Amino acid sequence: MDSMREHEQHDPIIRRHEDDAYATGAVQDERMKASNVLDHPLDLAAVREKLQSKTGKQYWRTLEELAEDPDFEELLHREFPRQAPSEWDESVDRRDFLKLMAASLALAGLSGCGRTPEPHIVPYVKQPDGLILGKPQFYATVMPFGADAIGLLVESHEGRPTKIEGNPDHPSSLGATNVFTQASILNLYDPDRAQTPSNVGEIRTWSAFLDFAQAIAAEMKGTDGEGFRILTGIVTSPTLAAQIESLLALYPKAKWLQWEPAAGDGPREGAKLAFGNYVNTVYRPEKAEVILSLDSDFLGSGPGHIRYAREFSRRRKLDQYTETGRRGAEMNRLYVVEPTPSVTGASADHHLPLCSAEIEAFGRALAGKLGLGGSVPAPPAATECANAVVKDLQKHKGASLVVAGEQQPAEVHALVHAINAALGNVGRTLIYTESVEARPTNHLESLRELCADMDAGKVETLVMLGVNPVYTAPHDFDFTSKLKKVSNLVHVSSHYDETSEYCQWHIAESHYLETWGDARAFDGTLGIIQPLIAPLYHTHSAREVLGAFSDKPGVSDFEALRENLKAANPAADFEKFWRKTLNDGVVAGSAFAPINVTLKFNSANLPALKSASSGELEFLFRPDPCIYDGRFANNGWLQELPKPVTKLTWDNAALVSPKTAEKLGLTHEVAWRGGEHGKIYSDVVDITLSDSKVTAATWRLPGQAEGVVVLPLGYGRKRAGYTGSNKGFNAYAVRSSNALWAVTAPSSAIRKTGEDYPLACTQYHFSIEGRQILATGTLEEYRKNPGFAHEHAEEPPKDLSLYKEYSYPGYAWGMAIDLNSCNGCNACVIACQSENNIPVVGKEQVTRGREMHWIRIDRYYQKAKSATNDPSSYDASLDNPPTFFQPVPCQQCENAPCEEVCPVGATVHSAEGLNDMTYNRCIGTRYCSNNCPYKVRRFNFLRFQDWETPQLKLLRNPEVTVRSRGVMEKCTYCVQRINNARIETEKQNRPIRDGEIVTACEAACPTEAIVFGNANDPSSRVARLKAQQRNYKLLGELNTRPRTTYLAAVRNPNPELEKA
Amino acid sequence: MAQIFHRSTNFISRFSVFSFLFLVGLALVGVIAVARSPYMTRQNITREQPVQFSHKHHVGDDGIDCRYCHTSVETSAVAGIPPTKTCMNCHSVLFNTASYLEPIRESYRTDKSVEWVKVHRLADFVYFNHSIHINKGVGCSSCHGQVNQMPLVFQANTLLMQWCLECHRNPEQALRPRDQVFNMDWKAPDNQVEIGKKLAEEYKIQTVEQLTSCSTCHR
Repeated sequence: MDSMREHEQHDPIIRRHEDDAYATGAVQDERMKASNVLDHPLDLAAVREKLQSKTGKQYWRTLEELAEDPDFEELLHREFPRQAPSEWDESVDRRDFLKLMAASLALAGLSGCGRTPEPHIVPYVKQPDGLILGKPQFYATVMPFGADAIGLLVESHEGRPTKIEGNPDHPSSLGATNVFTQASILNLYDPDRAQTPSNVGEIRTWSAFLDFAQAIAAEMKGTDGEGFRILTGIVTSPTLAAQIESLLALYPKAKWLQWEPAAGDGPREGAKLAFGNYVNTVYRPEKAEVILSLDSDFLGSGPGHIRYAREFSRRRKLDQYTETGRRGAEMNRLYVVEPTPSVTGASADHHLPLCSAEIEAFGRALAGKLGLGGSVPAPPAATECANAVVKDLQKHKGASLVVAGEQQPAEVHALVHAINAALGNVGRTLIYTESVEARPTNHLESLRELCADMDAGKVETLVMLGVNPVYTAPHDFDFTSKLKKVSNLVHVSSHYDETSEYCQWHIAESHYLETWGDARAFDGTLGIIQPLIAPLYHTHSAREVLGAFSDKPGVSDFEALRENLKAANPAADFEKFWRKTLNDGVVAGSAFAPINVTLKFNSANLPALKSASSGELEFLFRPDPCIYDGRFANNGWLQELPKPVTKLTWDNAALVSPKTAEKLGLTHEVAWRGGEHGKIYSDVVDITLSDSKVTAATWRLPGQAEGVVVLPLGYGRKRAGYTGSNKGFNAYAVRSSNALWAVTAPSSAIRKTGEDYPLACTQYHFSIEGRQILATGTLEEYRKNPGFAHEHAEEPPKDLSLYKEYSYPGYAWGMAIDLNSCNGCNACVIACQSENNIPVVGKEQVTRGREMHWIRIDRYYQKAKSATNDPSSYDASLDNPPTFFQPVPCQQCENAPCEEVCPVGATVHSAEGLNDMTYNRCIGTRYCSNNCPYKVRRFNFLRFQDWETPQLKLLRNPEVTVRSRGVMEKCTYCVQRINNARIETEKQNRPIRDGEIVTACEAACPTEAIVFGNANDPSSRVARLKAQQRNYKLLGELNTRPRTTYLAAVRNPNPELEKA
Repeated sequence: MAQIFHRSTNFISRFSVFSFLFLVGLALVGVIAVARSPYMTRQNITREQPVQFSHKHHVGDDGIDCRYCHTSVETSAVAGIPPTKTCMNCHSVLFNTASYLEPIRESYRTDKSVEWVKVHRLADFVYFNHSIHINKGVGCSSCHGQVNQMPLVFQANTLLMQWCLECHRNPEQALRPRDQVFNMDWKAPDNQVEIGKKLAEEYKIQTVEQLTSCSTCHR
């Protein structure tokens, strides 16, 4: 959103109509005029042929690259490809342009003569206790998110929160964060937030709302609250739940209903099916040797995923093995069976794409083989895998773990509970606790009940708290027309959104950084939501709004929280307990104790599987990895964040496997204008499901199951705000209540419209030219040859350099990135953006390769190893390629090519080996980025930063310069953190300890893949990692001597499956 | 054919070329001179403040320590401009009816800050840290001049990068014993370079390479 206000031009080529269809007519002509398109679509047969003919380890990033399409290669080589129209607006000719330039230059020269106005210093009247001017303070709080809450430490500069870090004392964070928590700070300062209570769009005071609510409350006393309904998402806050329960006690006929659109009912209903009641499952991946995920993205989303990712990665660290002990190196093993590749799937040792319906068959086959009854055969493509998995699981009884995905039906979850019980995993690799939700319920049924009541005219007053059902409800519920039958509608939300439009009262909701509250984490641990700033606007919390309907209106959140906490923790000295709890961010020892459950489920009693008829397509609905269910749609950081696997930005697209795309005749074409390499014209299709239609762009995704079309939720919003409205297509429009997550339909459900739509993808920007950038191997290879990463790299001897030799007697900052741990979750990218005031550039600029992320995560596919001349073997490498991620920040070369070409000395070496970038010296020649072999320098082509919007000024990190147009920028290893640590330690007259400086990316990383430190200190973590044989330099043959090095990825495939 | 140009044209053309170059050079020198003049750097210029606060009176006459008001100078990047409360510590009793101090009392009454005009002003891309300079034996007066003799504070030095680098290249020039840091009347002894070198070793002052790395001040 940052810069969006100013610079995001609506795509000039294709504009979206109101009704989600794409404009037609002059589009094609205009497009041809504006840009050149590869004149032939990609030939998949040629791709396969190429794949077959290659030997050895090969990696590829885009299908075009794989096909070695000469046109595509030229496109990448040339910044200004032949015949590409020029960069600037053609309406101004050269002569006029020069005239204008001369005049502007003269005027600019004159305007530069004045003196800048006198700045003022505005001190406090009374300075708050404990505040030291110029020093940030950190406060513990938690961010509630679905059935989880993530513990945070929030950095505050003189009262304004600027950066979010994880709370090491909180079980769901352990010090790490994810993209949503990192980006949530931008939501606080979102200029599009609703700012006051309003009635039918007109500003009202809070007291006017109180009067309204009290009038209803008085009425309800006589009717016992008949006709009063509360709709919320998942509630894990005991204080909010207590408020709701007290209302329900006051008005016994009132009802509390829940609707969380992107978290499935499967886990809840599965537990009920297996155990007879709702229980919560907490995994302990650290204790598991073998993990099987049935469509679960437990490393990338869902409750507890940050912790799970850390625990999982700990079992894959190879650095504890000494030189001699390497032969005995051990790793856990992950099997992932899923319809569409996720972050978890990309980390898998074995990835098996199966369509969603077949996953249940796979689970039943597994149960059958484990002797749990039932004898459903595994899907044909999975037989071999199922046999191997069963063997592996049986070998590791008590040390294995089977996880089912949130979107899977209850049956799969029940099967998984039975399997885990049979394998003796309960109590070892997973525990059961009581539900963390205040009142677990079936959300779909809950919403259905509400709709029925509204339809029957039973609902008089509906209070909706933080939900957006007009946008998210299944389309067959026809929520909006039912809403019109309710006389009093109150909506509480952060933005005036789709639902607010239908409501009389809209109460602007406070951000979690503005209110007091509490929330339970995935394991039941209670965390305190502590405000970092007074509400920026006239906003109120959900609890306050409910309180207005009670007999005790006006109880503040702070009082309610303390009362509730006091009642639950009758400590002798409450004040002491309170202060400690606030300081820690968690109520000590509040995690739920494991409970004993008895399995009341027999997989043999499951009804027969519905057989999927062939020739059908399966459509899946999934929350978007960046904007989730749509609630983050107006967050520019998340919109511009390349999605982990597809690397698309600013849009969603109907994802199909390359094979299915071929069958359906779907293609895409790469286009360019000027130096742009990220604009992909993709075929547009009409998708008709359950009598509803949506028009979507398509995207081919290697690794997806055949016949599966994934429709990511969260896009196509009409009233999200300036940044989020009218981006992508609305998948909710075709989502019906009888098929919330998966629906099969004949292939006629997809119809090509003949149009195309430009998508912005960041994985087309640069070509790897066949260089050895990524090093991967198997555990077996690693045991035999730990130095396999160096096989292809020839590193020149140290004295072979034209550059002057420097010595680094003091600190030598360096970074090691363990590709074995990185799962591509993107947390580092947003953390860096937040720490370093990195702007958002907008879709148009991303298509030109101008996104500003200082750290990018490249995604690579590996060509299948077993490629032989057998024509049937090619499929695996295209349809299910092993996936790897590689985060690339500035490599901080010791022999930096960029430094040699800067004409003004704006980028020079520091005494500690940093490749300093001095923004105030940069004149924007861009020589440095041209000379950078790693393409990590980012140029401000326009003034991407928003300097006017007052809210966004509060967001900036005062420790880092806000760059303007014409300035090159790049990763500095968070030099502000280095300098602050150096100053503090020098004042104490001691050296900087290892781990004292934590870069923003390192702090955010859930898997501890990024380690920063002093490479000169042999005992530092980074030096120990760099001493490993897996350690290699990116393009080491160039003799740039990068300070950032990588540890080769090692996978642990099952030898049984490898042989086949 | 007769010559079109007279012989003297040779001289005139040469003269014009050289005078043009000379004028361009002069203009450049002029621009640089203006940029470095007190007009631009605002060196030695006093400012109108909401209250004409006298450091001469408070520091020179009353002997109040710098740190009474600038509390964070030893711990933080910024020295800190005191809150109104600090003024009121004394002025609720002393001169508590002086009309001169009305803006201070008004600020305290209305809870609205006094807006002081900033005197020492660095560019936004410079990240100067007071605490490390104080802790390494650089005195207040080395940069701020003898504030105890200034009825109205003015900027005693240019604060240009060149001026910063003079010390960062030769730190021994400015180092004094730590107990002299807040002494406004400190004068460098004759053997300053000798003492400075000793102090630099004692205080573990960074190498010149480190002190002159860009990222030491810019980020």
